[in-house]
Amino acid sequence: MSSAWLAVVVVGAATVLLKAAGPVLAAGRQLPQGSARVVELLAPALLAALVATGAFASDESLVLDERGAGLAAAGIAVAVKAPLLMVIVIAAVTAALLRAIA
Amino acid sequence: MPDSTAIGRRRALDLGGYGAGLRAMMPLLPAVLAFGVSFGLLARAAGFDGAAAIVMSLTTFAGSAQFAVVSVLGAGGTAAAAIVAAVLLNARYGPMALSAATAFRGGWLRRLLEAQLLVDESWALSRRDGGFDRRILIGAGLGLYAGWSGGTAIGVVAGDSLADPATLGLDAAFPALFLALLAPLVRDRRALSAALFGAGIALALTPISPAGIPVIAATTACLVGLRLERQAPA
Repeated sequence: MSSAWLAVVVVGAATVLLKAAGPVLAAGRQLPQGSARVVELLAPALLAALVATGAFASDESLVLDERGAGLAAAGIAVAVKAPLLMVIVIAAVTAALLRAIA
Repeated sequence: MPDSTAIGRRRALDLGGYGAGLRAMMPLLPAVLAFGVSFGLLARAAGFDGAAAIVMSLTTFAGSAQFAVVSVLGAGGTAAAAIVAAVLLNARYGPMALSAATAFRGGWLRRLLEAQLLVDESWALSRRDGGFDRRILIGAGLGLYAGWSGGTAIGVVAGDSLADPATLGLDAAFPALFLALLAPLVRDRRALSAALFGAGIALALTPISPAGIPVIAATTACLVGLRLERQAPA
């Protein structure tokens, strides 16, 4: 099995279980305050890490290339509350234009 | 009404409720479709076969985790690193689904299937004071599911006719997308510090660890955020 299919099957199964566990096993119960806060902070920590590695990591080194410029443009778009689609298009177009010039 | 029979609830009476959920997610549909198309394209670019990308959207149905898998594998990371990153990203669905547990009905199989329609957007849209509107959650969830899976299929097919995705700047779409998803989450100081520490840890580890590990290690940033809260409450 390829890495891609292995990831598809395992992540799919894990996600199905994560989503179903509460509704199937513990209907109506509330989560303890502390654990809710940890999970709440997992999302910003992970997403920020994905922003950083997606823009500046190339294999095992840090680089500043067109992706960084695209991220900067995306940052401006996010700051002015552009819709998600617009943010993505602006980043892609910025990187594509810079590559076309280079 | 809550205890009416399954047959009664399947009548057109309830379609109005599900329809309201569909209407509620409509403004999100173009973005979800485009997002799905992007996933299909990027999955192909990372070496996924088309069926794997579509099956993943049908079963995992969680944007950031799916992009994380493609991102880690595309960067040469191992399947284990991709799986751990995605499962950690989706860990939030445990407590989210638990909080909405009362919205689901019937036996275990039906609850299991209905719970798959819970994603960030359907969860947020169906939130009502103190509880969740079951029909909004399911109606919105079905619309999002169709948009996401359909978009993925379009992206996979279009991917065959497109050249190098880097030429189109699609690799820059990854971080932009995560930034757009992150922005609404960093409303308070705890979330902001978790995000900053997460990014810092990931960047610091990138030159010295295999692809995927920096992102996993960044999860420890959430502990820093909790510590900060204890020091400076409110």
